[in-house]
Amino acid sequence: MSHDKKQAQLDEILAASGVDVRKCMRCGKCTATCPAFDEMEYHPHQFVYMVEKGQIDKLAASPSIWQCLSCFACMERCPRQVEPAKLIEAVRLSVIRAKGANHLKPEEIPALLDADLPQQAITSAFRKYSK
Amino acid sequence: MKFSYYPGCTLKTKAKDLDRYARAACEALGVDLAELPEWQCCGAVYTMAKDEIASKLSSVRALASARDLGTDLVTLCSACHNVIKQVNNDMRTNADIALRANNYLKLDTPYTGETNVLHFLEMLRDRVGFDALKAKVTNPLTGRKIGAYYGCLLLRPSKVMAMDDAENPTIIEDFIRAIGATPVVYGMRNECCGGYVTLENKGSAKKRSSAVLESAKSKGADTVVTACPLCLYNLKKNGGTDGVDVVYFTELLAEALGVK
Ligand code: SF4
Ligand code: SF4
Repeated sequence: MSHDKKQAQLDEILAASGVDVRKCMRCGKCTATCPAFDEMEYHPHQFVYMVEKGQIDKLAASPSIWQCLSCFACMERCPRQVEPAKLIEAVRLSVIRAKGANHLKPEEIPALLDADLPQQAITSAFRKYSK
Repeated sequence: MKFSYYPGCTLKTKAKDLDRYARAACEALGVDLAELPEWQCCGAVYTMAKDEIASKLSSVRALASARDLGTDLVTLCSACHNVIKQVNNDMRTNADIALRANNYLKLDTPYTGETNVLHFLEMLRDRVGFDALKAKVTNPLTGRKIGAYYGCLLLRPSKVMAMDDAENPTIIEDFIRAIGATPVVYGMRNECCGGYVTLENKGSAKKRSSAVLESAKSKGADTVVTACPLCLYNLKKNGGTDGVDVVYFTELLAEALGVK
């Protein structure tokens, strides 16, 4: 990606998330409280740091973006109101907003269903994984 | 006491019990819960991005129609509650989102966050009153040891949900006392069950849900109550701990009021 394109992508992520990465004091509390910690390659505090460094490509390619549960714990418990989940969401959106880049496709759904699965699960997964 | 009521999709399908027992309980309590004449799915998770407008519109429609009816809006499913309250907060505090949403919707009167949104539990606590509820209990659940499962969506983000202390909540424990049972406080009551990740990564949902149930069991709970269909699913299906039952809080409410 050209330098200009990269900058535009970074600007878009910062604007969409509304996060001020410079407020982070790297205390790691977000990561300590994250229930998806074990499943992630890059953890919430690393998202903040890597966005600050402009390393969006690495984050966008990482399976970590699909593991966030949107539990709002890192937002609630960040002592500096950085709210890392908003950055994870913005990176995920920048991926799935590209044409043909949906992470979950409708034709995959039937295989994932079981008799008790609530509609809420499918709806929320589509919100998080597809556009 | 009259309220507009937003049940949400899952309460019309896999989570009928959550809805059915709430309605029966309201009849017993003299609360008029009037389902909004038209409503659409809230989308189940709040979209945090500031440039996500279309995904917020169904909530705005529900909020505006409650306003037009001159009533507060009661929600029951934790997820609908979370989405609708967060969107309401955007409409009240974020001029850009409010402008763009109103441009789409072209309502007769633009909506700017006027509606008061209450979770069913807040309605019980703040409008009916837990003391008044207790007085109407005909079948107290004496001896039952019940753990409140708040999960993520009822309480967080606490500034917007404004329902209870997000780290030391009491609303469900007070409810449990009002229906005559004994609340069991346990460490994982406000941690995530794994949510929608059950579709993507079952192992993750299994770890999360069993941690919640094990935590409740270790403190002696025989039952865990929730207001969320996805929490119920994950705890039962992915958590599955012997000896701990998982039910909707409205089922116990109806039972205590003798209308189950
Ligand atoms: S909790 Fe907040 S301040 Fe601490 S590392 Fe995470 S984002 Fe930074
Ligand atoms: S919102 Fe996502 S990143 Fe934040 S604590 Fe929850 S799972 Fe972890």
